[in-house]
Amino acid sequence: MAKKLDNIPKTSGRAPVTDESGHGEPPSTEEERKHIEDLAAEIGEADGPKEKLIRLCRQNPLAAISAAVILAVIILAILAPAIAPYKEAEQNLKARLSPPSAEHLLGTDELGRDVFTRILYGARVSLVIGIIPSAISLFIGIILGLAAGYFGGFVDYLIMRLADVMLSFPSLLLCMVIMYTLGRYANSILCMFAALALVGWASVSRVVRSQTLSLKETEYVEAAKSIGVSKGKIMFRHILPNCIPSIIVLYTLNVPSCILSESTLSFLGIGVQPPAASWGLMVNQSKQFLFSSPWLALAPAIAIMVVVLAFNFLGDGLRDVLDPYLQKQ
Amino acid sequence: MSEEFVLDVRDLRTSFLTNKGVVRAVNGVDIAVPPGKIVGLVGESGCGKSMTAKSVMGLVPYPGRVESGSIRLDGRELVGLKDKELRKICGNDVSMIFQEPMTSLNPVLKVGRQVREVLLKHKKAKDKDDAKSQVLEMFERVGIPEAGQRYDAYPHELSGGLRQRVMIAMAMVCHPKLLIADEPTTALDVTIEAQILDLMKKLCEEEGMSVLIITHNMGVVAEICDYVYVMYAGRIVESAPVFDLFDHTEHPYTRGLLLSIPRMTGNPEFLSTIPGVVPNMLHLKEGCAFSNRCAHASDRCRRETPGIAEVREGHACRCFLHEQKGC
Amino acid sequence: MMLSFDDREISAAGLEGGEILLRAEKLTKHFRTAKRKIVQAVSEVDLAVYRGETLALVGESGCGKSTLARTLIHLIRPTSGSVFYKGQEISAMKEKEFKPIGRNMQMVFQDPYASLDPRMTVRDIIAEPLVTHGVCSSKKETTELVLTLMERVGVPGEFLMRYPHQFSGGQRQRIGIARAIALNPELLICDEPVSALDVSVQSQVLNLLKKLKIDMNLTTVFIGHDLSVIHFIADRVAVMFLGRICEIAKKEELFSRPLHPYTGYLLNAIPLADPHLRGKERIVLKGEIPSPVNPPSGCCFRTRCPYADELCAKVRPELTDKGDGHLAACHHV
Repeated sequence: MAKKLDNIPKTSGRAPVTDESGHGEPPSTEEERKHIEDLAAEIGEADGPKEKLIRLCRQNPLAAISAAVILAVIILAILAPAIAPYKEAEQNLKARLSPPSAEHLLGTDELGRDVFTRILYGARVSLVIGIIPSAISLFIGIILGLAAGYFGGFVDYLIMRLADVMLSFPSLLLCMVIMYTLGRYANSILCMFAALALVGWASVSRVVRSQTLSLKETEYVEAAKSIGVSKGKIMFRHILPNCIPSIIVLYTLNVPSCILSESTLSFLGIGVQPPAASWGLMVNQSKQFLFSSPWLALAPAIAIMVVVLAFNFLGDGLRDVLDPYLQKQ
Repeated sequence: MSEEFVLDVRDLRTSFLTNKGVVRAVNGVDIAVPPGKIVGLVGESGCGKSMTAKSVMGLVPYPGRVESGSIRLDGRELVGLKDKELRKICGNDVSMIFQEPMTSLNPVLKVGRQVREVLLKHKKAKDKDDAKSQVLEMFERVGIPEAGQRYDAYPHELSGGLRQRVMIAMAMVCHPKLLIADEPTTALDVTIEAQILDLMKKLCEEEGMSVLIITHNMGVVAEICDYVYVMYAGRIVESAPVFDLFDHTEHPYTRGLLLSIPRMTGNPEFLSTIPGVVPNMLHLKEGCAFSNRCAHASDRCRRETPGIAEVREGHACRCFLHEQKGC
Repeated sequence: MMLSFDDREISAAGLEGGEILLRAEKLTKHFRTAKRKIVQAVSEVDLAVYRGETLALVGESGCGKSTLARTLIHLIRPTSGSVFYKGQEISAMKEKEFKPIGRNMQMVFQDPYASLDPRMTVRDIIAEPLVTHGVCSSKKETTELVLTLMERVGVPGEFLMRYPHQFSGGQRQRIGIARAIALNPELLICDEPVSALDVSVQSQVLNLLKKLKIDMNLTTVFIGHDLSVIHFIADRVAVMFLGRICEIAKKEELFSRPLHPYTGYLLNAIPLADPHLRGKERIVLKGEIPSPVNPPSGCCFRTRCPYADELCAKVRPELTDKGDGHLAACHHV
């Protein structure tokens, strides 16, 4: 903090604004400064980013662990070709359905493919499917939600009825329909992006709309209007930044639901197509061997569970951290 | 000894243990409320006046707690009582009204029923019908017009002034010995404020009830209080009978506060002010808490905390200036 | 200091001859509630604001004073009626047309905790009007101007990059004032700027406002419900009841010789900080404020007025001059 302040000319040394009669003097600067420093210390903004991170981790260890887990999964997924002991679809028919061993950490499947390798590659699919469609639906949802909340009237009515229609449809069914019809023309993963993004925006736009409705009534938005700030600027400089906490939380909760949808779709056989690996697909393929070779189903199922839980915990943690009211208490 | 006062608070200390440190919201407060009198507790926001009242009612929110001291209500010690016993006393012998009547009433229950519940809970009524007739009588006494109809109204159907009257009726229905009013008129308009103040004065006279009124408004104090305590940063800095306080203000803070109120007479170009801001309760240092804003502060004021001493009969002040006078 | 205090006194004394800066004609604003009822927030208000004066709008909550002020500066569009700024009608203007005129009228808001965007730094908050109207050519120039403004309102310049929640209520209100005077406006609307502040801070902010008014030769519309604050700051006072103005007069006139019964009650009701005045005869106004959804016929004050008669129920009294520029809307004065 001190470094930042050096660039700013100190004005306190100059004569303060005061009338000749000695009344109406501004508060003693020394005291004010101390007061504000104290306040800053209290809120914890006096410490640097490193201390802040440590403090946040200590406040919410579960979220911190979750963030670490997610980070680790992302790194593993990126480095999959380098880490994986085998190739993604490398078959070893001699070692079919072998239980976990030093050679095959998590055993092999019915075609003798290494389960650990396929889990690593599957993580790539799961994460991409989790992160990208959520981001797309977030983007669409924010724009539509802001527009609906800010402009109100007919725009609001149109967007919200559309969202209602989307939400009243069974989302998985909608995904399946979209993938069946689009599947002929495009790659199945791209289809899944489109399907999941289309399903996800409605709930985002609802949340953003309700936030916009309440933020639009705040005095600082009114103040911006009285200054003459344009509508677009009010939306993107005043309303959107104040929605960000709930948007981040929405995102972290949207990611696991996309991962689950992918798993479900792949399990049903209309998602990722073999020989590509995906956690849902792996569970699907293992169902015949559930009793004879349980590791086949357990490994991808646990992977799904861990990642989904981690995102959920992170979402909860971020909500606590980002909500200024909760933080004050 | 304790029969002298309805409420006798001695050396009350209430603290909040936050992860940033201890906030001593109430730091050794003594308050005595004689029977049938209206006592005012004045101070700016954050000075601990509301927390004092909440300590009496056993309503200190987490992570705060009453650390030490004694609160005697009609001779009975309240500190250390089990929550269940305290609940029996609160609402019966002592009751409280709050600043915002809307948030203290349950929005989905009819107001009459909410008041009736108080009677039934404290077994002051034989049955529901008896309770209802008592409630209606109380509604009329607090000046609610068409009491019968209002009995079946929901809180949102009433105006702010009527809601505050319902709150007063609810607080009064068990005929408590002490009524604690926390900023009862702050949320109301001036003409309604005048009505409520008059009502409280009237009820106090008729019932022989004592009132502890917590406010930041010196006008309210001058209007209805008999005795006044001025609070600053968790401590009582001055206490005096109301006329003495306004005529012979002793503490520099009280004087500053009184001078900074705009007057209806005269035409000053500027108002006098107290410079600076209320100190942060988390970082209270040794010495007089007001020393950083006080024009008379000496080195001693910044080093030592002055004790409270009687300046003259019934008028006490926490300031070194008066110690030197050798009262 | 552009204008000495004495000059201002003279200009205030000759108000009637003074230039009209802002004028409202038959200004009406009705809101539609969720239950499709119509709230008559402001009804047929005629009002003139003279250059250099401080006009106070007084009334109880829900009397429409805030709505009136917002309609005056184009924050809310009126249902009917017009507003003229220096003789030019602004109430029907499109946003683009209004923008260059709007920079001359700025507003200070009631709640210092809600009127500053919690995610913007003090610099960005005060710079927003400067940036919006392209006052400065560079970022550096903007920052320098912001620092001058901060000094002017008594906020230490080191706190340039701080966020609003790190300040006390009084400091925040100073920041809000700095934002409002950034464009050097001619007209400043203050919407209960001190009612959310503590007494000792309140006087600091009131002094600041009065001082800025003199230094910058501002015309001020000051909304308030606390008559002792109004007495300190205003030159002329308009009392509002249920969306209508019931009395306008110069401050001294209004406080010493209130004509409308409502003004009398309002003056009577304030608890004064002097226990010796306690014995005075206090007539407490009976009843509640009628609802603006369904205002009484004729004079809207008649349901609470002890002097009300049949005439009051039938005919709405017009705001008429009772001598010396003292206007009141009552049949009985």
